[in-house]
Amino acid sequence: MKKWMQLLLLLTSVSSTSALLASGGMEEGGRSMPVESNAKWAAECSSCHMLYHPGLLPERSWHKMMSGLDKHFGENASLDATTQKEITAFLALNSADKQDNRRAKRINQSIPANSTPLRITETRYFTSKHDEVSANTFKRKSIGSASNCVACHKNAEKGDFSESQIKIPR
Amino acid sequence: MRKTILLIGLLLSFNTFAAPPQELLKQYEVQAKQEHSAFTGFSAEKGATFFKTERVHSDGKNVSCATCHTADPRNQGKTRANKVIEPMAPIVNPKRFTDAAKVEKWFGRNCKDVLERACTAQEKGDYISYMLSIK
Repeated sequence: MKKWMQLLLLLTSVSSTSALLASGGMEEGGRSMPVESNAKWAAECSSCHMLYHPGLLPERSWHKMMSGLDKHFGENASLDATTQKEITAFLALNSADKQDNRRAKRINQSIPANSTPLRITETRYFTSKHDEVSANTFKRKSIGSASNCVACHKNAEKGDFSESQIKIPR
Repeated sequence: MRKTILLIGLLLSFNTFAAPPQELLKQYEVQAKQEHSAFTGFSAEKGATFFKTERVHSDGKNVSCATCHTADPRNQGKTRANKVIEPMAPIVNPKRFTDAAKVEKWFGRNCKDVLERACTAQEKGDYISYMLSIK
């Protein structure tokens, strides 16, 4: 192949990839995080709690989380090595600092570079978005706690936290 | 006809991972004999006591299996993070104790959570015997 042909090929592939990325971002309105799926992630990470979208925390947080599963928020959530590796890779690849999505980016920007939060509810993004929700509301039986996103954001497991979808149960 | 045969074949292939709980009990029996040469068999009664007995966890809270599974294994339970746990008793949830890897995974986690140690094969066998005895 001639050199100019190679260059042309490279250029078109680069521009089409970026166009694809941009259109993906636009379509989502930059709000809803893209629906991600990995069978093991979906099965393992939803057996005790709702399925948290990987875009809710940065990569370093997921690494820390996945390396401490024997003491996972006070519970033993150990996995076999193969499953643990696969899920960690999936979370890392789709984490808040890897997402081309507005909400994920804002979550990431709200976390100081020197901190590695494990609780999504402790990020500044979360606290500022929920400052009008009282502690008592979170404690309602229909909600349980602030970590139960799906109680009010019915499509949370798909990464959709849009304002129009919020319904706070009594 | 051919479709029926195909369907049966498909169902059978799906079932290759599932074994009846008795198979699992046999495996635990082998282990229990290795752990204690004086092993005399599993007891549903001891399993029931094991399931309901509360102990004080090092975090200060009282815990037992029943804390999350409820005192009646025919009921749905609830995790600490508000998620439903399907009933443990095979009479209402026949999938229980048919996947050895899954059983081991959850004994592995929950024994450490509740007892802060691993369970013995005797305890696991008693537990399963209790679940199977529930009508």
